Amino acid sequence: MSADVMPITENKNTKKAKAVDTPWKTALRRFTRNKLAVIGFITIVFMFILCFIGPFFSPHNLYDYSLKNKNLAPNVTYWLGTDKLGRDILLRMMLAGRISLLVGFVATFITVVVGATLGALAGFYGKFVDTIIMRVADIFMALPSLPILIILGAVLSDLKVDPDIRIYYLMVIIGILNWTTLARLVRGQILTLREQEFMQATEALGLKDGRKIFKHLLPNTIPVIIVTATLSVAGAILTESALSFLGVGVVPPTPSWGNMISAANNLIDFRKRPWLWIPPGMCILITSVAINLIGDGLRDALDPKTKK
Amino acid sequence: MVKDLVEFRNLETHFKTTAGTVKAVDNVSFTIREGETLCVVGESGCGKSVTAMSLMQLIESPPGKIVGGEIFFEGRDLLKLSKKDMSRIRGNEISMIFQEPMSSLNPVLTIGNQISEPLMLHMLLDRKAAKKRAIELITLVGISRPEKIFDSYPHELSGGMRQRIMIAIALSCDPKLLIADEPTTALDVTIQAQILDLMRDIKQKLNTSIMLITHDLGVVAEMADYVVVMYAGKVIEEAPVLELFQDPQHPYTKGLLKAKPIINQKQERLYSIPGQVPNPIDLEDNCHFHDRCEFCMDICKVKQPPFRSHGKDNHKSACWLYEEEREVL
Amino acid sequence: MKEVLMQVDNLKKYFPITGGVFQRTVGNVKAVDDVSFRIHRGESLGLVGESGCGKSTIGRTILRLNEKTDGTVLFQGKDLYKLPKEELRRMRPKMQIVFQDPFSSLNPRIKVGQAIGEALYDHGVTDPKVVRERVLETMNICGLASYQYDRYPHEFSGGQRQRIGIARALIMNPEFIVADEPVSALDVSIQAQIINLLSDLQRDKQLTYLFISHDLSVVEHLCDRVGVMYLGSMVEMSSTEELFRNPLHPYTKALMSAIPIPDPTYKRDRIVLQGDIPSPANPPSGCKFHTRCPIASDICKQQAPEYRDVGNDHLVACHFV
Repeated sequence: MSADVMPITENKNTKKAKAVDTPWKTALRRFTRNKLAVIGFITIVFMFILCFIGPFFSPHNLYDYSLKNKNLAPNVTYWLGTDKLGRDILLRMMLAGRISLLVGFVATFITVVVGATLGALAGFYGKFVDTIIMRVADIFMALPSLPILIILGAVLSDLKVDPDIRIYYLMVIIGILNWTTLARLVRGQILTLREQEFMQATEALGLKDGRKIFKHLLPNTIPVIIVTATLSVAGAILTESALSFLGVGVVPPTPSWGNMISAANNLIDFRKRPWLWIPPGMCILITSVAINLIGDGLRDALDPKTKK
Repeated sequence: MVKDLVEFRNLETHFKTTAGTVKAVDNVSFTIREGETLCVVGESGCGKSVTAMSLMQLIESPPGKIVGGEIFFEGRDLLKLSKKDMSRIRGNEISMIFQEPMSSLNPVLTIGNQISEPLMLHMLLDRKAAKKRAIELITLVGISRPEKIFDSYPHELSGGMRQRIMIAIALSCDPKLLIADEPTTALDVTIQAQILDLMRDIKQKLNTSIMLITHDLGVVAEMADYVVVMYAGKVIEEAPVLELFQDPQHPYTKGLLKAKPIINQKQERLYSIPGQVPNPIDLEDNCHFHDRCEFCMDICKVKQPPFRSHGKDNHKSACWLYEEEREVL
Repeated sequence: MKEVLMQVDNLKKYFPITGGVFQRTVGNVKAVDDVSFRIHRGESLGLVGESGCGKSTIGRTILRLNEKTDGTVLFQGKDLYKLPKEELRRMRPKMQIVFQDPFSSLNPRIKVGQAIGEALYDHGVTDPKVVRERVLETMNICGLASYQYDRYPHEFSGGQRQRIGIARALIMNPEFIVADEPVSALDVSIQAQIINLLSDLQRDKQLTYLFISHDLSVVEHLCDRVGVMYLGSMVEMSSTEELFRNPLHPYTKALMSAIPIPDPTYKRDRIVLQGDIPSPANPPSGCKFHTRCPIASDICKQQAPEYRDVGNDHLVACHFV
């Protein structure tokens, strides 16, 4: 071999950066530089700690009904006051948070699995597979989701489904109804990626379909999936809250932020006892704002077009 | 004696990145004379485009910033002008054409619109006079049926035609200097030949100075009166075109000249410069070419060579091979 | 006579133009229009022409990376377009391609070592140690250092990425490589490195190349035979020496004279072609070159010239030769 094809000596500057700079590390670095996104992330972590660990430190019990303590304003024993059955609002709010966060994340997980799979299949195989999947997606998109959810909620109530199991139905329903957006995005990405030269290269190398989809196509759609999923967590939490507020989502005695706010549906509670509905309302607000901040931060961090 | 039109004096344009400072233009000085075609040659990232953009003051800031030096245009320091004065100079005295003619034209406006707009704005012509002048300009850049082209949209034209239109727009206000940043790189060879012919023609007719930025030494040989070679942000050699091709001094220039296969001169094996262009971030204070140079000495690794003439007045280069002092201090 | 490795006959590749409400086909872009040629084992055939002349489409169509419209492609005597999908996949290692754009031809999320080696897994090599060894060996041949195995493509410069692309093709032990403008995106000093690498590889591994380029000087340096294309048709083909000494087609002559020569003292009579390249969707009648040809006459407008051998294996399509 002649001199010019011998291994090239790297110049000093690149040698200094010893650690392998993966696309993920770059994204993480950009994410951490975004102050709002980091604040959002810390807030969500705090919410999780509060909801999942907080209740263990509470001196109260969820089923401590005591009518003599009902409707107390915030005080030393009951930091956020009590409701009309004398239960501690803080404890209920933390437990409600578990449900709401769980619904948000599990519903999103379902959305991602269904949406990404169908979108990838539609994009990769094209032709009639694509037509069928995307026409079904069109039908789903044409359905007004809130009325459907209310009807399904009413059906669940009519069937007298146990409140604890009802939560899981709710997760699945919210998850399924949201898959179309993600499926469209993933399909679109895969259609563009398929035209890239590196996909032509996989064809020229004679790679199998499985490797093409799972090693080459899907990893390149992960940024889109992550961003969409994050934002849809907030959406799912809001949907759940809205349904619970209307009495067709999570139903009492299981607490959720939504059905706690429905305490504000009578004028006396609304005007005289703000401690009943302000804390869960703030939780919904803070959580969804925080998640949206993270989502925006992730979008900027993962978008290869924005410069370092 | 030919007058100087533009003089770069110790120009420094830096870009701040998270990884460090990129000295895209590092202490660059050279002169463009009236009616002369000056070619700036170099590989991608050597700072040739940034030099031109600094002259136009179109450096995006942040991350970029002109941190030092002066750029004299007809005796005035452009870096000291107000935004308004600078914009007048950009429209009337200096104009620029780019590599990608499609992205420099607005796709929703007709060609006529885009040519006459600067005429009405800078030359204060009315619509009718502007149209007349626009059609003259389209004819000047060698397009037949100018009336038809006047009403066309950019997507209806081919790449070569669009580049002609860009030249017409650039010439609309009789600039004293035309900056052409890789004007033919995106074009086919037969079209490139047409555009180069056109530019030569225009220079003769209008006596415009041209600053031509290119990586193609073939284009340089055809077009240039004077050549500036850049490498990693620095000017490493400058000379009149004949002098440079007949007696290149810097090993990089020599390498470039030998590395390109030449038609009808078949060689067994191409000469190639080993290695690659250094990472531009936080370069050290040495000869940036040292790790690719076959004549590399100890001093090259630690100290920058001075840029000056070695025997011939109009031929300058920056290389320790031509210096007396070679001891590492 | 040497063995014919790739035989292409009357190849056509049209891209449909759809229009109207119902997306009906309203016309065709004739990217490749009735092209025939042979490539012998061990030789390198150059294909030159300007953008839109169909040279890249030929490169892809003869590897069946996109479907043909008509014609036959025989590789080692087998008709690629008659092979079932799985059998074609198994043939793939024998015929590889190096792409023009070193940025889009590498998956940004796959490490270099993996990108070079992964295809081995799908072609029967299952031991990761063997794969790693072969990757390192190939990287070394292509001028890449072993510590770069775990790096991502974005950390490499254009020239190095092109080396990665070559290594990826080379590891399959191919017999035939289509090099689709492998150096045109690179800087001059890097171009020479890659050209030398390609010619070393050809010598050491007895490779056969189809080298696609718009740069005649590169083709002259690297190729044994050259074909010149214009608007989807082959207008001239002969051995490199013959073509450069004695170009017959007026387009070839114009193309040669249009290349800027890096020598300011060199004076020549340049043939500057008038006008633009016509659109391949609507090519001129008769000889496609007649709209720009300096010697065109009436017959050129009406009748397409025959592509014929004028002796010495020199094929040309012009009425005036």
